[in-house]
Amino acid sequence: MSEILRVEDINVYYGAIHAIKGISFHVNDGEIVTLIGANGAGKSTTLQTVSGLLKAKSGKITFCGEDIGHVVPHKIVEKGLAQCPEGRRIFLQMSVQENLEMGAYTQPNSGIAADLEMVYDLFPRLKERRKQVAGTLSGGEQQMLAMGRALMSHPKLLMLDEPSMGLAPILVEQIFDIIKDLHKKGTTILLVEQNAQMALSVADRAYVLETGSITLSGTGAELAASDSVRKAYLGG
Amino acid sequence: MTFLGHLVTGLSLGAIYAIIALGYTMVYGIAKMLNFAHGDVIMVGAFVCFTVVSSLELPPVLGIILAVILCTVLGIIIERLAYKPLRQAPSLAVLITAIGVSYLLQNGAQLIWGASPKSFPSMFNFGGENGISLFDGQLNISYVAIITVSVCIIIMIALTLFTEKTRMGKAMRACSEDKAAAQLMGVNVNQTISVTFAIGSALAAVAGVLMCSAYPALSPTTGSLPGIKAFTAAVFGGIGSIPGALLGGILLGLIETFTKAYITTDLSDAIVFAVLIVVLLVKPSGLLGKYVPEKV
Repeated sequence: MSEILRVEDINVYYGAIHAIKGISFHVNDGEIVTLIGANGAGKSTTLQTVSGLLKAKSGKITFCGEDIGHVVPHKIVEKGLAQCPEGRRIFLQMSVQENLEMGAYTQPNSGIAADLEMVYDLFPRLKERRKQVAGTLSGGEQQMLAMGRALMSHPKLLMLDEPSMGLAPILVEQIFDIIKDLHKKGTTILLVEQNAQMALSVADRAYVLETGSITLSGTGAELAASDSVRKAYLGG
Repeated sequence: MTFLGHLVTGLSLGAIYAIIALGYTMVYGIAKMLNFAHGDVIMVGAFVCFTVVSSLELPPVLGIILAVILCTVLGIIIERLAYKPLRQAPSLAVLITAIGVSYLLQNGAQLIWGASPKSFPSMFNFGGENGISLFDGQLNISYVAIITVSVCIIIMIALTLFTEKTRMGKAMRACSEDKAAAQLMGVNVNQTISVTFAIGSALAAVAGVLMCSAYPALSPTTGSLPGIKAFTAAVFGGIGSIPGALLGGILLGLIETFTKAYITTDLSDAIVFAVLIVVLLVKPSGLLGKYVPEKV
């Protein structure tokens, strides 16, 4: 398996606050890798740094063999790294279809129609609502839209930040079914989650992030069985 | 008949405010800053056209084209040099910079063209007439008024199509909602802001030429008051909204003209602002402004 993303010893600061303290991890082609951890552990900060929205003070980020540590965010998207951000961040005043078209911003126009069909197949609800203004969608639908939008750029690596946040349990199950489905179809995924149980159940490998450092790593099953993870994140 | 005359005057004045307000509202919508130098770009546009037509005695069309080109470049340069370095700075710093740029443009114009008012050439004369006469001469409509209103309508339609249909237009709407999310889509935010300033400044040049054709006294401070009024019109209509800028501009022009005609000339500006304050008290986001709930 070839490596798609490698993060080596990055340090990220918010002003004087040392948010990420020298973490390293990697994602192989075809894997689902998850970063789990409590609120404030630095999960979203890590993804934002990989996307280029935040800059690491030191360390190295390699995507498909290329150093992307100093590349601007919109160029990183062009290289095939898509992020579905925390809180979904869809364009509330645009229609569902316009949101998806924004997702294809880096793609040639010729392929957009086919890609829209691909996303609508995956999320039939979005097709029903394609002309609706995105702000009127329910939370679950907004999450689907955010994921569909990220898929429109044909990512080599899809980073999902807390896709289960604020959703009812049944919707969380649906979202994770879709994640498994995407994985089966060959999408490589880096998943950030507070819902450790769900995340570990789908992940090939996992890292535990605590106050800016990686404290544990292993396969999804190993971590799910680990005592410290069970105590801290899985409710005993 | 006088009522119709005032209506025409109000509409064309409103159309000028609307064209200026579009620049304010687009820049605010996308860069989230109030570009108080916008009014002075209008003045620069008018002076460029004045120089080409009156001093160099070249055709008016060339004057308009050069004014648009130079203002577009000026807008891009102002953004690049003055505002871009402050992208992460507090909004007050940006506001004060904008006021500084405004004075810089006024003083620069004073150096180049002098402080005394110039008489702007009358550019819209066709067949020796400057307008059309209706109802046996009871109602005169100037060509400037007709052209101003038509240009305003064309600009509105063009901008609406641009933001709805084109790739850059959609990128602008995405940036105006959420810059970080737009970047995650692959949008080059800096480039988008540059294009916004370019469009706003090109519109300012057009507004400058139209305004000075209707009210021909041109001096380095010519742009200030219309700039502030157009900014108010943009807020009145709902800042960030393109149709709002049109509605706000036209209403402002009509209120101002009718106040001058039927109530008082001396207090017309005060009354205009009083109306706006009342409207904003009732509807803080402006007439067409969208209330967007803060996301947690």
